[in-house]
Amino acid sequence: MTMSTQIKIKGLSKAFGEKVVLDNLDLDIPKGKSIAVIGASGTGKSVLLKCVLGLIEADQGSITVDGVETLGASRQTREDVLKKFGMLFQGGALFDSLKIWENVVFRYRQGKNLNLAELRDAAEQALADVNLEPRVMDLYPAEISGGMQKRVALARAVVDRPEILLFDEPTTGLDPITSGVINRLIRSAVDRLGATAITISHDMTSIRAIADDVAMLHGGRVIWKGPVGDMDQTDNPILDQFVHGYAEGPLTRYAEQA
Amino acid sequence: MKNHPIPFLQIPGQAALVLLQQLGRLAMFTGQAVFWAMRPPYYWRQVWRQVIDIGYYSLPVVGLTTLFSGMVIALQSYTGTSRFSAEGESSVATVVVLIVTRELGPVLAGLMVAGRIGASMAAEIGTMRVTDQIDALDTLATRPMQYLIAPRVLAATLCLPFLVLVGDIIGVFGGYVVAIYQLGFNPSAYLASTMQYLEAFDVILGLIKAAVFGFILSVMGCFHGYYSGRGAEGVGRATTNAVVYSAILILVADFIITGLVFVR
Repeated sequence: MTMSTQIKIKGLSKAFGEKVVLDNLDLDIPKGKSIAVIGASGTGKSVLLKCVLGLIEADQGSITVDGVETLGASRQTREDVLKKFGMLFQGGALFDSLKIWENVVFRYRQGKNLNLAELRDAAEQALADVNLEPRVMDLYPAEISGGMQKRVALARAVVDRPEILLFDEPTTGLDPITSGVINRLIRSAVDRLGATAITISHDMTSIRAIADDVAMLHGGRVIWKGPVGDMDQTDNPILDQFVHGYAEGPLTRYAEQA
Repeated sequence: MKNHPIPFLQIPGQAALVLLQQLGRLAMFTGQAVFWAMRPPYYWRQVWRQVIDIGYYSLPVVGLTTLFSGMVIALQSYTGTSRFSAEGESSVATVVVLIVTRELGPVLAGLMVAGRIGASMAAEIGTMRVTDQIDALDTLATRPMQYLIAPRVLAATLCLPFLVLVGDIIGVFGGYVVAIYQLGFNPSAYLASTMQYLEAFDVILGLIKAAVFGFILSVMGCFHGYYSGRGAEGVGRATTNAVVYSAILILVADFIITGLVFVR
């Protein structure tokens, strides 16, 4: 079955001063696929994600979402495109001044004429989908654990049923058990929504649980892309070192020269 | 390393470029804050939260500051006027009410609120920047400038005049207490002198200054927080800069406004 491309990145470049982070990067993400972008620290994974969201302006290149060019697009076009996205930030990025339920329905309530009871019902349902009980609804983010914050952030990301989900280091800072729970919730949300997903992670366990495909970033470009199951049989020495976590290899030499 | 034709101009040249860049950024930030404050959707809940924080919770600190300032002015003006005039009662009352309403009320309120609210705005928005909350707002189809900045600027600009009005009353009351109970003045004569030389313009000038100071301290607090550097150090520096630049700009603005209305 041929899948249509939902996100098409072509010739994307971004430099900060003299440091080139993304260098003529190409990447196609088919509709409904869950892809993990991996790479050593500082290879521009988060920058790539922020460019896709328009939070960082790329120096050159093209990013189209469902055929709509987003680089250099008007604010209105960007806002229309952003409605298709749900994003789980690395630290959750919950709003400290709002209660949990208000965080969850922050975007959901916009443009809808819903009363308080309806909003709370929607929040309760979204929280139940990530295995959180209603008792957390009236707490503030600082009053719950890091793992629960991640689950609330996931509920916020999916409550609108977005077409595209982005996950930035979803399991960073969590214990293995909580990481496993988050991975399962992410995979289940992606499957339930039939969403296209991009995950940035160093956590190979997480990547195997969440992703269909993997793209390896190195030197500002995608140097390997393929199904997650093919990572272990690769003859690419860079990917091989990264996947298996070898201390010696081309990535180590590259980091020493940089 | 590049060779510069006139090396000794390199450092001041770079400093000038950085300064101009910052001024340009500040001007655009201020323009956007005003622009988005006037366009829907209006986040009234955010405005109300700021009104409570700025207008209500700053009352004690502004009240205490102006109370003791009024008391000190009464004592100092008595010391000064008694050297060349026997009419201390009317002089002290006039000096207290004019200095408090025209000058010390708005300036002290501005500086105290800059320390309390400007710093808190910079720290809160800086922390939101560091923890990706501002990026999250953006991705949740909410303009940070409209949701975070505009309500703060609007609330501070509206609340400072209110705070100053209350501070004026408390400051004049402080002068009255000292004049009556420490200097032994006649209460009704003191009050009569207070009202005799006070003009509506004195109070209005103080309130105009207060609105300008509120605008300045909120813009500086938000600006430094919004462009805060990464990590705790970045947020700490943003907080310090917000207070320092607010204080300096408040005093500069005070001089400019006073100069504009000054009549020989």
